[in-house]
Amino acid sequence: MTGSFFFYFFAAVTLTSALLVVLNRNAVYSAVLLVFCFFSLAVIFLLLEAYFLAILEILIYAGAIMVLFLFVIMLLNLGREKAQEHFRYLQRGLSLFLVIVFFLGILLIFLSDSGILHQPHGTFAAGGVNALGEALFTKYLLPFEVASLLLLVALIGTVYLAKRKI
Amino acid sequence: MIVPLEHVVILSLALFTVGVFGVLFRRNAITIFMSIELMLNAVNLALVGFSRYYNSVDGQVFVFLVMTLAAAEVAVGLAIIVVLYRNRQTVNIDEINLMKN
Repeated sequence: MTGSFFFYFFAAVTLTSALLVVLNRNAVYSAVLLVFCFFSLAVIFLLLEAYFLAILEILIYAGAIMVLFLFVIMLLNLGREKAQEHFRYLQRGLSLFLVIVFFLGILLIFLSDSGILHQPHGTFAAGGVNALGEALFTKYLLPFEVASLLLLVALIGTVYLAKRKI
Repeated sequence: MIVPLEHVVILSLALFTVGVFGVLFRRNAITIFMSIELMLNAVNLALVGFSRYYNSVDGQVFVFLVMTLAAAEVAVGLAIIVVLYRNRQTVNIDEINLMKN
């Protein structure tokens, strides 16, 4: 039962750091906390036996994407977000209310008929790089190629946006 | 599976809700962008959980594609934010209301 203890522990860490990301006013602190959140999420992926994806989560999200975020934050020289004016309280209260309604609504829908979910049996063999690579290059070859095209389009778009005058 | 699938999905739902809250609550375009990343990760978590549950690799392939999409999206989105900052000297979305007429 140590595995499930680790799951709940890292679930709590993930949720706490995600909340701090959202509630923090300083963008740099938010970015660092988001890296922390991705690391604990990678541990949860490991516990769910998705080994290759856990590595990818750290490499792509915590490594590449967050470095890009931090780079842009430093480039724009953002300070703390200014304190909100008085009339923003309505907006904040409304957003909190809507989010709580959203959460409880989906939770209710989910818990009302969760009896259909049984525990799986048998060992899991699809988390490693072998099974994932085989599926990616046989059954999902076309989506894989389309993803590479998407990356090319993003590259060209970024270069175009970075031109001095658009 | 070490925990029931319900708990994984509830954690994913909570993470997604935190992301939605961030999009509604914050005024800084970059923090809003980070909240979107949080939502994408919540969906990834649900996909991994269901992939483990159904003993199938399909969900993990989807997570792989979502990660590719997130990388492309971040590159283009941050480029747009940089251009926006160059033209308006702000990333506060309340002051960026060019099309609101």
